[in-house]
Amino acid sequence: MVKPTIVVDRLHIGIQGSNLDIVNDLSFSIAPGEVLGLVGESGSGKTTVGLALLGHARRGAEIRGGSVRIGDISVLELSQAERQRLRGRVISYVPQDPASALNPALRIGTQLREVLEAHNYGKSAEERRTRIAEMMREVALPDTGRFLRNYPHELSGGQQQRIGLAIAFACRPRVIVLDEPTTGLDVTTQAHVLDTVRDLATAHGVAALYVSHDLAVVGTLASRVAVMYAGRIIELGPASEMFQGSSHPYTQRLIVAIPHLTGGRELVGIAGHAPSPGNRPSGCAFEPRCTFAIAECRIGMPELRAIADVHDVRCIRAEEVRSQAPTRGGEIPRDGSREVIQPVLSLQGVNAGYRRRTVLHDINLEIAPHECLALVGESGSGKTTLARSIAGLHGDRWGVITYKGTPLANVARARPREIRRSIQYVFQNPYGSLNPRRTIRQIISQPLEVFGHVEKHQIDRRVAEMLERVSLTAGYANRFPDQLSGGERQRVAIARALICEPSVLICDEVTSALDVSVQAAIVELLHSLQRDLGLSMLFVTHNLPLVRSIAQRVAVMSHGHIVELGGVAQVLEAPKNDYTSRLLSDTPSLEVALETAVS
Amino acid sequence: MLERPGGPTGPGRSGGIRMFLLRRILQGLLVLLLVSIVVFAATQALPGDPARAILGRSATPTSLANLREQLHLNRPVVTQYLTWAVGLLHGDAGRSFSAQEPVTKYLSDRFVNTGFLLLCAGLISIPLSIVLGAYAALWRDRPFDVITGLFTLVLAALPEFVVGLVLVVLFATTVFPVLPAVIVIPPGGRPWDQPLGLILPIVTLVLAVTPYVARIMRASMVEVLESDYVEMARLKGLPERLVLRRHALPNALGPTFQVIAINLAYLAGGVIVVEYIFNFAGIGGALRNAVADHDIPVVQALAMAIAALYVVLNLLADIGTIVVTPRLRTRL
Amino acid sequence: MAVVSQVLTPEILGAPKPVGSLLRRALRLRRTQIGLGLALFILAIALIGPRLAPHDPSAFVGTPSSTSVPGALFGTDHIGQDVWSRFLSGGLTILVLAAVSTALGLILGISVGLVSAYSRNVLDDILMRIMDVILAFPQIMLALVAIATVGPNPLTIILAVGLTTMPRVARVTRGAAQPVVERDFVAAAEAIGVPRARIMLSEIFPNILSPLLVEASLRLTYAIGVIAALAFLGFTTNPGAPDWGLMINENRIALTVQPWGVVLPVAAIALLTMGTGLVGDGIARAAAGIDRSRGAG
Repeated sequence: MVKPTIVVDRLHIGIQGSNLDIVNDLSFSIAPGEVLGLVGESGSGKTTVGLALLGHARRGAEIRGGSVRIGDISVLELSQAERQRLRGRVISYVPQDPASALNPALRIGTQLREVLEAHNYGKSAEERRTRIAEMMREVALPDTGRFLRNYPHELSGGQQQRIGLAIAFACRPRVIVLDEPTTGLDVTTQAHVLDTVRDLATAHGVAALYVSHDLAVVGTLASRVAVMYAGRIIELGPASEMFQGSSHPYTQRLIVAIPHLTGGRELVGIAGHAPSPGNRPSGCAFEPRCTFAIAECRIGMPELRAIADVHDVRCIRAEEVRSQAPTRGGEIPRDGSREVIQPVLSLQGVNAGYRRRTVLHDINLEIAPHECLALVGESGSGKTTLARSIAGLHGDRWGVITYKGTPLANVARARPREIRRSIQYVFQNPYGSLNPRRTIRQIISQPLEVFGHVEKHQIDRRVAEMLERVSLTAGYANRFPDQLSGGERQRVAIARALICEPSVLICDEVTSALDVSVQAAIVELLHSLQRDLGLSMLFVTHNLPLVRSIAQRVAVMSHGHIVELGGVAQVLEAPKNDYTSRLLSDTPSLEVALETAVS
Repeated sequence: MLERPGGPTGPGRSGGIRMFLLRRILQGLLVLLLVSIVVFAATQALPGDPARAILGRSATPTSLANLREQLHLNRPVVTQYLTWAVGLLHGDAGRSFSAQEPVTKYLSDRFVNTGFLLLCAGLISIPLSIVLGAYAALWRDRPFDVITGLFTLVLAALPEFVVGLVLVVLFATTVFPVLPAVIVIPPGGRPWDQPLGLILPIVTLVLAVTPYVARIMRASMVEVLESDYVEMARLKGLPERLVLRRHALPNALGPTFQVIAINLAYLAGGVIVVEYIFNFAGIGGALRNAVADHDIPVVQALAMAIAALYVVLNLLADIGTIVVTPRLRTRL
Repeated sequence: MAVVSQVLTPEILGAPKPVGSLLRRALRLRRTQIGLGLALFILAIALIGPRLAPHDPSAFVGTPSSTSVPGALFGTDHIGQDVWSRFLSGGLTILVLAAVSTALGLILGISVGLVSAYSRNVLDDILMRIMDVILAFPQIMLALVAIATVGPNPLTIILAVGLTTMPRVARVTRGAAQPVVERDFVAAAEAIGVPRARIMLSEIFPNILSPLLVEASLRLTYAIGVIAALAFLGFTTNPGAPDWGLMINENRIALTVQPWGVVLPVAAIALLTMGTGLVGDGIARAAAGIDRSRGAG
């Protein structure tokens, strides 16, 4: 047994000024050269754990107990000055958002150098310069002085994140904490960054904690995985065992909620949402949402116990859970041959611009009635611009878009009322698409008022109906958006879009800001609504695997062009375009991870 | 994944900075031009008879006619404006009615005096407010912050003449009568010959400006201290002093420059009242008298001077912000 | 982005903030209570004072600038009028002028700011340039320039102070409205074709109320200051009528022997502006959520 580099024992972090816990009874260890994945959704406390390893707590949080040992050093017992000497030297942090973690007013060369200077790395300025050049090569960035004189905003997201990695590895620390470092990066860049992390960790024998909500990413990188729920680790074991035969109901459901690249399958989400620190039940925290729950589960918090050699679970029915295969969603029927029907939406030679640049080039596309077409691309591909042009939200457009044969004006305000009613749009950001000053009832009924063919007294009934449709209760009508979770808000946005019975629904990355389990539930909802209401849908996303769970056809976009268009199965299994192939191979996938997993 | 704004931009073009400066200077000149029209409209182009307003009800028709001739009121408005504006550009601001001498001669000494006053007030208040604001943010919610917070709040709300008079009552007349209540500068003399008399006016001006700028500085500093990059600097293990000096302070100063400029310009208005209280022979006092006497040329000249000061200060603030914010430099 | 904001979900923090509840929460803070108390107290003096004055404010009651005149509680002013009576009657003009000009400035400024922020095109530039021109003057300056020609009548003062308040309010409104305009719920309203004016009024405006309330109290504070300063400089609407600003100036000469003629009106103006200032700060804090510390603010 190799001696672990870092050992965390019963870590306890709470909210300042109250007796609420963020994280409790947290223990794990990481060996040199090993990557431990720490997985959890929002509210699980995983970022707090990552920061606590450096002895840091954000404003409002305080570390209340437990220990973090790196070799002989007990981090939590150190003074402020000692912690400062530790950070960057013995243990480093790679932040989630590289753009905001770099000082916008300092050149990147300065920001690299100061880490070395602060820890007296190297005996002279010359040695430090050499080290910096070395670091840049390690993260595949130019090692020239010219490049180092850049300011952060002059770099792309991927380059900024590599600088973050370089800073973290600069003093050759023994432990690295990576906090979702690839969020916000496109798939290809993400793949490169993950490779770099893996190589650096192995080459220097660094113990790495990889915090993430993305199981697929964690699966490709980590040898062991810890799953967090409501502030506690509920399962901890080798990656392969976890993904093939997980022993906790939550882990199982999480895996089922992940979209799969191969084989179209309905996604099954987890009803409800994770409890926040004030609302955690006294028994098992997952009990309210658990299909395995029995009366005993409510009595006390289960202990973390071993179910196999190096595999721990926090569930009293773990053995049964392990033996039962999780209920997966039904197969989505493959698209059969289609008769030629009048398309409901048709784009011919559509171009669009943005501040004197052309971002859409000669787009030709059709959506058939009752069909769901997915629009896939990375950031900057123009997919959102295309969606907004169809909806009338992007004025700078030329080319023809027709709805049931009628050409559409560029701007929604210029379109006839009937058309505005028939084409509806759901936005990406659930935290910005609902007016915080209005009640849910007012928000959902707004289209009814604008299109005005419903009596006043009918409005309440219609609103209640729509709330039920999207699996929210009628009681939500009097609440304000601030009181709802991200998933609930997105359901309200969908209710608002559907209340006027449109024929076309455009969904613009509607799940990108949501946790995996919530995403699955929303996609589940959209899929059933599309079938039941016979909607034509344009589903915009960057998440390729997601496409299989909802769409019949898919269009792949790159740099403002459609590079591939066809049935979902055909495009994803036998792509004709190089770009599509590359996108597919760079997308982290759980199945691939399982095949190559090292136990 | 939320869409990210554009990719890497190229390195900064210094041509860009020059163009920006040129554009800002032209904008400033445009503003001055429009301001001159406003000033002119407010003084000579108002409905009603300026001559009558100036001379009052008891004016004789002859004196009215003479004044109208003197003010060129019989000519079309546009000509009047152009005469005046062109004159200004040549350094001729007309003749003062009351002092019966060219405006420029009448005001030149006073400009120096007021300039000195503003300079002292600025040199004290700017560093003071930056330091106060920065430390209040650093020791947030601790006694220093709470107390300075209350003081700045109260002082920012009080009109300057109230502050000035309270100081007079406290230190000149009633409570601790140690300082002179007014400052008397003999003709040909200079304000720095009377240092004791300068104390209260300068303190009043400093108290008029510092609280507001200190509060803005505090807010800016708090935002910077909570930022991701300051947290990252600490997580890199940089010593706290370095974090503050290199990462926090420069980024907090940027937005504060604008506020400093606005407040210094505001001082140009505050100086009117302060000079009146302390009988200071500066342009504030001159303006007050000119308004009371309907001495239009002097009023116009001073209005233009103050507007010009404002434009210059704003331009300097813009330059300062650009210098401290590299991001803006490369977007130009 | 801080983990705390992820963790402290609304279930813990309680209900959200429509305006009514914002004002209520502001009132729970000690500073707002004190400020409101001060402001209302002085307001009462200004409004009811004239009725309570023992003497006619212009009547001669005794030796000028004397503190020992029978029947005159605080003595006489520089021409022998009763200081107390003049003080009680001297606030009304200032308050009315300040309130009206602030209201004017707010209405104009908010309109310009909203239109500017929402139009996002040439109109925005033009409006802001016009605002810049007016901003080139300190408030008191423009009033003085106008008074130099037409004299200090109420309309001139209201227009001068109101028009100089407008661009300052417009800037704040525009600054607050711009991020709101970018948010998706505004785009959602545009997508279903809600008219522009309706969007400005019912989507954007309610979301900028907090900073606007703070700005309104700030503007009122400064308006009172400017109008009182104008009176102090000798430019009142009604020469000879009682006016706090004027009183301060008139009685300055005799400050060493008869302080009340100056101290009373100075105290009144000071307390009033402190009051409105505290109220504004209380609203700002409530909006920022600092009121969590139960009234200790």
